[in-house]
Amino acid sequence: MIEKPIERVAKATPTGMARQIKGLSDKAVAWLFVGPTIFLLLAINIFPLIWTINLSFTNFRANRPNREVEYVGLRNYERILTDSDTWLSMQATAHFLFWTLLLQVLIGFALAWLINRKFRGNDVWTTIIVLPMMLSPAVVGNFWTFLYQPQIGLFNYVVSFFTGVDPSSFDMLGSVDLAPWSIIIVDTWMWTPFVMLICLAGLRSIPDYIYEAAEIDRASKWRQFWTITVPMVLPFLMLAVLFRGIENFKMFDLVVQLTGGGPGSVTEMASINLKREAFEKWRTGYASAFAIILFVTVFGLASIYVKALNKVKER
Amino acid sequence: MSFSVTEPSKRQKSIAGFLVITYALITLVPLFWVFITGFKTPPDSISYPPKVFFSPSLEGYVNLFTTRTRVTPEQMQALPPPVGFAEAIVRNRDMVIAGPSKFGERFMNSIIIGFGSTFLSIFLGTLAAYGFSRFNVPLKDDLMFFILSTRMMPPIAVAIPIFLMYRQLGLSDTHVGMILLYTAVNISLAVWLLKGFIDEIPREYEEAALIDGYTRFQAFYKVVLPQAATGIASTAIFCLIFAWNEYAFAVLLTSGTAQTAPPFIPTIIGVGGLDWPAVAAGATLFLLPVLIFTIVLRKHLLRGITFGAVRK
Amino acid sequence: MNYLRFSLGTAVLAGSLTATTPAMAEDLTLCWAAWDPANALVELSKEFEEASGNTMSFEFIPWPNFADRMLNELNSGGQLCDLLIGDSQWIGGGAENGHYVKLNEFFDAEGISMDDFAPATVYAYSTWPKGEPNYYALPAMGDANGWFYRKDWFARDDIRAAFKEQTGRELGEPQTQLELMEIAKFFQGREIDGNTVYGVSIFTERGSEGITMGATGALYAWGFKYENEPGSYDMEGAVNSPQAVEALEFYKELYDCCTPPGYTNAYMGESLDAFKSGQVAMAMNWFAFFPGLYADPDVGGDRIDFFVNPAQNVAASTLGGQGISVVSYSDKKDAALEYIKWFADPEVQAKWWSLGGYSASNAVLNDPSFVDSQPFAGDFLEAMDGVQDFWQEPAYAELLLAMQKRLHDYIVADQGTAQEALDKLTEDWTEIFEDEGKL
Repeated sequence: MIEKPIERVAKATPTGMARQIKGLSDKAVAWLFVGPTIFLLLAINIFPLIWTINLSFTNFRANRPNREVEYVGLRNYERILTDSDTWLSMQATAHFLFWTLLLQVLIGFALAWLINRKFRGNDVWTTIIVLPMMLSPAVVGNFWTFLYQPQIGLFNYVVSFFTGVDPSSFDMLGSVDLAPWSIIIVDTWMWTPFVMLICLAGLRSIPDYIYEAAEIDRASKWRQFWTITVPMVLPFLMLAVLFRGIENFKMFDLVVQLTGGGPGSVTEMASINLKREAFEKWRTGYASAFAIILFVTVFGLASIYVKALNKVKER
Repeated sequence: MSFSVTEPSKRQKSIAGFLVITYALITLVPLFWVFITGFKTPPDSISYPPKVFFSPSLEGYVNLFTTRTRVTPEQMQALPPPVGFAEAIVRNRDMVIAGPSKFGERFMNSIIIGFGSTFLSIFLGTLAAYGFSRFNVPLKDDLMFFILSTRMMPPIAVAIPIFLMYRQLGLSDTHVGMILLYTAVNISLAVWLLKGFIDEIPREYEEAALIDGYTRFQAFYKVVLPQAATGIASTAIFCLIFAWNEYAFAVLLTSGTAQTAPPFIPTIIGVGGLDWPAVAAGATLFLLPVLIFTIVLRKHLLRGITFGAVRK
Repeated sequence: MNYLRFSLGTAVLAGSLTATTPAMAEDLTLCWAAWDPANALVELSKEFEEASGNTMSFEFIPWPNFADRMLNELNSGGQLCDLLIGDSQWIGGGAENGHYVKLNEFFDAEGISMDDFAPATVYAYSTWPKGEPNYYALPAMGDANGWFYRKDWFARDDIRAAFKEQTGRELGEPQTQLELMEIAKFFQGREIDGNTVYGVSIFTERGSEGITMGATGALYAWGFKYENEPGSYDMEGAVNSPQAVEALEFYKELYDCCTPPGYTNAYMGESLDAFKSGQVAMAMNWFAFFPGLYADPDVGGDRIDFFVNPAQNVAASTLGGQGISVVSYSDKKDAALEYIKWFADPEVQAKWWSLGGYSASNAVLNDPSFVDSQPFAGDFLEAMDGVQDFWQEPAYAELLLAMQKRLHDYIVADQGTAQEALDKLTEDWTEIFEDEGKL
């Protein structure tokens, strides 16, 4: 599988050029350039993946090096899929995914559209809006727990300032109803700019003459928006949703810092659950199976999505 | 040009500007709060209502960089007068400085691992990108797969076998281990971005060089590299920011020697009272470089973020 | 059996180490939790540095991350720590998985006798399997979960009169868990010196061990047992006994009625904070913090007093505390053993107590002056008499995680009933022991 691309590389190189290379054959040069990277990817991405698949059929525990490892067939998979906690964590993930994507698409698109009105200084403000997404989610998430403190937290204070609700009467991180929203808010704050940037790229890719033609046809602005702007930006928007969806499916650092999966298990999303199994309970085999299931889920959903995306693009 | 149908009206512009600026300012509030909390005293930081105006203090920064022990009034009496402003601040709380904290070391680890992995990703990535670009391979799909597959694996899932592998190889909690890991995560993106930049450099340049008797390597080194410098720099920033911000691998695979700042900063809070100014001070120092990078290099960065979308 | 083979190996190793000439000067790293006693240990260790020529480095990790980080470190075979003051529950895993050096040979060679340490601490912090004379740690820090309260408030006439009127009894240290709740309810929402105060701060933390350590205080007091027959792993009817259900319902009610707002994820730090800021009348926490609390300029001294976890059906307290172990992956084991030898010395132990560390040495504890040396010293002895610990099994982490989840789901997230929580917990634990091959 590795040989093949390299051979193709060698074959594809124009013979005229190949003759000019001194000392090394084309194949060797290609290897020298590409080899180290492929080796690294094999060693740290592909080999571990294969190892994980293998482990997923065992009862191995990384904290019991002395215990005999047995192959248990599909038992790990069976246990995971019949465990109600798995489904609860999937539900928590789905809830988080749905709301973050919805909010980020709406706000991100709106912002991009506004920025594309090309008011003066729009590039400066774009940079400022982008700042949160460049920062470490763990460090920022940790600080948000301070903003969310009942009574003394800035977030609670601001909410109470505008609504008159007592700031110590609600606890964003600790109450069952609010905890999922505490994460959704921070994630939206951090990642709306990403959706915005991609939408902006989409808006800027629409050539002016299309609008000019629409204007000649006397199409209303409203109609132009729905028949030109939205369809032209849609592929970009869908791509942004794909990237955010994949990222948020595996969301870990923000949740760990904000709620740690609590209260109870309300915000225990897939990654948090996986971390508990793998690095707290040390059920390595079981966790490997869970990892594979998650991987297949994302991969499957993403492939279906990419197909849909390509269809949209073809139109 | 006086009128264009696609140019928004003045009124539209000012409304749009107002809304965007309002959003931007709201977005900045948490960051602003991190910054000012770092200069509050612990009691000011937890006062109600939250204080926007306060007399600034360096207590947070002093607490960030030191460990302190409480002493009894009698012991305090017996001590010589404080040397330096830090000791004076600490004495005000009936404590003395016992030694430096781990923050300096952890920050240093972040720098070593961040720059080490960035250098390695760029070094290997440039070579590979050049290889893929110039040897005319239809490898784009394979590369795309690599990028997506590494992005789709939750970091925890990757960490399971890496944990076992590093345990065998003695790479747990080492700088080398973390540099290799971050390089592996970064490299697919680096190759992908760099290939784009190298593709844009006209082939004729090197072919001319080759005909002039340069070897492949010389042509790469003397012709391609200088041309790709901007692209390499902006890719490097991306790799650096990823390694700088990374949390999941760091928290699972390091415990001390090679621990970076992101898993460390949240643990500042744990000891004897909730010391938010120290956390904020640590966060400020940690976030500031990225903020500056982002503002200074915004043109290149914004291009990189939308790269995947725009290139299609 | 694997651990036997391993311990033979380490025994030989330990023997050969002690036979060698005095160690070269090394830089030892000691890992522990970041809390008051750790600072005292730094102070104490300066004497070791002078005496031995070795230097000491410390890696102190805040409690919420301590177990996670250290167990990860041990399981990865890391060399960060040469000495580890690890929680009592880690001893099973530490011994069976070969993380800790077995100390028997070393103790024999150096004349250190476990009879010189309080039996409850030796049993809990040093031995594996439980009660067998196989030692993997030296008792370093005795500890239990206790209570403290605002003595100044309890002494005020207006408050005492109001309490008497409301309940018909005198306000004082509670003798039972139910009395404790009665007092907590009395203080909840009361105005004292213009501030609204609350009843108690208790442990409700989800991430590590907090809520388990807090709720077991009530469970043990109601007579909770882990097994019907010790060593049988037969838990049905013990873990979910009617007493246990009653105790858990009590703890939930205490959480619901009498804690400060937003108290959904509180452990040691939050409990201390609530008390030090004058928000609560009573609080639970580990004895380890009591010296610091007593010295506190705002709420210490005359304003504070301490009491042992009140009995309900039986007198019992939740065990804390740690033993000090040598990590088997260290390449400075001889210097690390030297530290343990120094630490076991009765004089060092006496100094340890005077600096605020809870010595487990009989020489210190049985000294006639001990009880009066600190206002909480007598309470400490009483608590240590009735301590009970969580499972110390190698599967400890899994057992704990299951309990954390079930308790937090019920107490904080309001899901299901106490009976259901304990039934599910019994199932979880049974499954874990089946996986272990112990059932």
